[in-house]
Amino acid sequence: MTRDCLHCDGLSRSRLLHQAMAEAGKGLPSLEPGMPLPAGTGLSRRRFIAHGLGAALAVYGGSRLLGLRAFEEGIAAAASVGPQTILVSVFLEGGADGLSVLSPQGDPLYRKLRPTLALSGGTALVEDGRLFWHPALSGLAQLYGEHKVTVMPAVGYTHPDQSHFTSRHYWEVGATSTQLNTGWLGRYLDAVGVMDNPLQGVSLDDTLAPALATAKVPVAAITAPDQYDFYSNRVWGEVQERMLEAFGLFGGQPADPALHTAGNIASQVDRLRRQLLPFRSDNGQSGIQSPVPYPKSDDPFPGKLAGLAAMIAANLPMRVVALSAPGEYDTHSSEPQALAQGLQLTSDSLLAFQRDLEARGIADRVLVHVWSEFGRRAQENGSAGTDHGAAGAGFLVGTRVNGQMIGEFPGLQSGLDQDGNLIETADFRAVYSSLLEQWLGVDAGKVIPGASAFQRVQLVQ
Amino acid sequence: MPPVAVYRGRFGSAHAERLLWRAGFGPRSGEAQKLAKLGLEGAVHSLVYPGREHFVGRAPHDDKGHPLDPYDAWGQDHLWWLDRMIRTSRPLVERIALVWHDWFATSNQGVGSQRLMIGQNNLFREHGLGNFHELLLRVTEDPAMLLWLNGTDNSKYSPNENYGREMMELFTLGAGRGYTELDVRANARALTGFRNDWKPNVGDVDFRYDPRYHDPATKTIFHKTGAFTWKDSCRLCVTHPDHPSFFVQKMWSYFVPAAPDAATASGLQQLYVKSGYEIRPVVEAILRHPALYEGPRMVKSPVLYTAGLLRRLGRGIDTTAWTWLDSMAGQQLFYPPNVGGWDDTRWLDTATWRGRWWIAQYALNPYALDPGKAKEPYDAQKLVHAAIGFWNEPAIGARTLAALQTFARTAAGDAKGQKWKQQQYPPMIVNALRHLIAVSPEFQAA
Repeated sequence: MTRDCLHCDGLSRSRLLHQAMAEAGKGLPSLEPGMPLPAGTGLSRRRFIAHGLGAALAVYGGSRLLGLRAFEEGIAAAASVGPQTILVSVFLEGGADGLSVLSPQGDPLYRKLRPTLALSGGTALVEDGRLFWHPALSGLAQLYGEHKVTVMPAVGYTHPDQSHFTSRHYWEVGATSTQLNTGWLGRYLDAVGVMDNPLQGVSLDDTLAPALATAKVPVAAITAPDQYDFYSNRVWGEVQERMLEAFGLFGGQPADPALHTAGNIASQVDRLRRQLLPFRSDNGQSGIQSPVPYPKSDDPFPGKLAGLAAMIAANLPMRVVALSAPGEYDTHSSEPQALAQGLQLTSDSLLAFQRDLEARGIADRVLVHVWSEFGRRAQENGSAGTDHGAAGAGFLVGTRVNGQMIGEFPGLQSGLDQDGNLIETADFRAVYSSLLEQWLGVDAGKVIPGASAFQRVQLVQ
Repeated sequence: MPPVAVYRGRFGSAHAERLLWRAGFGPRSGEAQKLAKLGLEGAVHSLVYPGREHFVGRAPHDDKGHPLDPYDAWGQDHLWWLDRMIRTSRPLVERIALVWHDWFATSNQGVGSQRLMIGQNNLFREHGLGNFHELLLRVTEDPAMLLWLNGTDNSKYSPNENYGREMMELFTLGAGRGYTELDVRANARALTGFRNDWKPNVGDVDFRYDPRYHDPATKTIFHKTGAFTWKDSCRLCVTHPDHPSFFVQKMWSYFVPAAPDAATASGLQQLYVKSGYEIRPVVEAILRHPALYEGPRMVKSPVLYTAGLLRRLGRGIDTTAWTWLDSMAGQQLFYPPNVGGWDDTRWLDTATWRGRWWIAQYALNPYALDPGKAKEPYDAQKLVHAAIGFWNEPAIGARTLAALQTFARTAAGDAKGQKWKQQQYPPMIVNALRHLIAVSPEFQAA
């Protein structure tokens, strides 16, 4: 019997709370502990098929929901503006170990703090010979060699919080505040977005990424048009057709939130079922053709990136995209194999995505931001793992990044705080502010609270 | 101490039915009417003090009639517990075990032993209505939990914070309430000393406390200093001033969808503290509270939905399908999504609703009428009545009823002028109506 590392998945309530509450226009959960979540979330979600995209969208409504036809027209109108730059946010959930992602093999304390976990070999960074790429990140190392990766070896914030839930929330809202309830990308869309184009902010996960939570404008989550079938025993033909038409009639019952949810979901199921009927083909041929091979995996991540490249190539009017990376990063034990597995698939997929964009001639429009809610403790914990830490590693990937390290590696001698965690040399809010201004073309002061306090870094060539 | 409000309205079978959904797994045929006769106090008392356990109906078995093998056969742990939910004479005991399974959410994904998971489950059953301090002690030294949150990896030589942190953040205090990072670290050190061995072909065995692995040094937790051990750790968390409010809010949320008002919360907290952290009086007070009877409905969890359908049909576990069906609907027992448990506010979406469609389809399978043989009237109105009667006359709202009638009328209309259709469509329409009722909003929430 082998025990894999899934048992070290000590993730807090963050996932469930965020799933429950990441509703645009409703905002993110308050961090008030023990506070029950409002019932009936998900009511403003609608699904439809966007023509030319051939995918089902879950639309998270803003302050008001337009008709679906208006969305179609809005998408067409937004697309006619012409290609715009796109930011893709990739989240390593659980707190990735920055000191393994970029191992400081040249630091004299590294092997002392990591007697069993210390890595050896790999490619050294040109900008800091102490740091080596994790062997599983050969894809990113290759892109780094082509000046397509900007490295942040110690990104974080002062007074770090070591709760998954709280720290992730900070990164998602773009402030060290428990009060904000819209995501930083959501506020960007509220500033520059439109009421009739939900594709402007796209989540490629099952539920909306909290960073995309808006107060006003709609954003979307996309599901794969899969098998979506309904049968009933000993009900055939015409009667079955009538039966499947009937549950869409249940509809909402506003007097009771739970009944309302149940009725509305039934209506959504009905709509989705009808919309997905054309996709129930028997030949199994995918609508997405990629010019380059992507890693083969049971995990949907490479397929999502392949689909995203096709959507960008189709000139769909997207501005910001968010998705979660594969892998387990909350490595309290058995870290080596768990971390390598997740990093390998993430990095190989990002390399394929980059090559795909380059082959399609659209690479200059896309910038990928890779982040995690915190790094991990410098001293390993003796379970062949590491506990929650502070600053961690992050990356920007794309042909337009300037490839100059943001912040520096502070060293293990003087670069640890009183808890033994890495001290940040770059603030995530400075990175956000710079991305907003240099890549997304908006004044960061409209999006990031206290943006003027954060010194901008030059990110883009 | 301000008394906690008690429901004083009429206690009819609709109220008894709601109580059975909140404190159990829904009524068997005629059960709500019987319970209503006891009145509120009698009904709540019968659930909170249920007496000796016995099981109603045939023992569970797989599709071939073989008994279940919950320790070794994949997914049969789920069936084992689902069977108890369906057949037990102590529904609240099983329901509170489900609460604790969510509260101290442990997944076999990380434990790798159905036997250890069921061991933990029996602990929730035995102590579920007892004393929270005692329960926390038992959970802290429970082998499944020790594996899940690295308790036996945590030693004085190499502290592991996983359990020490979640103990405060998720189990007793709430995120960031009344503790610091230094408390987390000190707590992890206090919790050192648990060990176990691993044997090939057997797995994790010999769970024990070994003082040689315990860090005996002085620790400071919540501004208190001492050579604390894991038992002190539990005591310090339970007696922390922020614990009772956390406990009451969380426990309440499992039974009533809207948060308690300030007076209720404060009354329940005092009840809890004065009883010495007893669970039963708090649950009892919640079950008698007006908000449970007068407030809105709650969406049923997938397991509650499945157990409820089978109880109402009088059907036991006779297929292993329920494991994957409940998983499709978003709740496989012993596999919560993470240490935070299931998201009890977000059971329904377009994917999980489809899972419930299939659950209803499987539940109704043995009862489906044969359109070639069954005789049903060619009369849409009568067919709707027949289908509602099949489910023992549940309360169906006007909007749902209209949907059912529209379906029956149009489907019957398709048979106009064709004799064979007029014979075969009515049984099919009844089958369809039973299924539509089972997935209607009124059946998804109680």
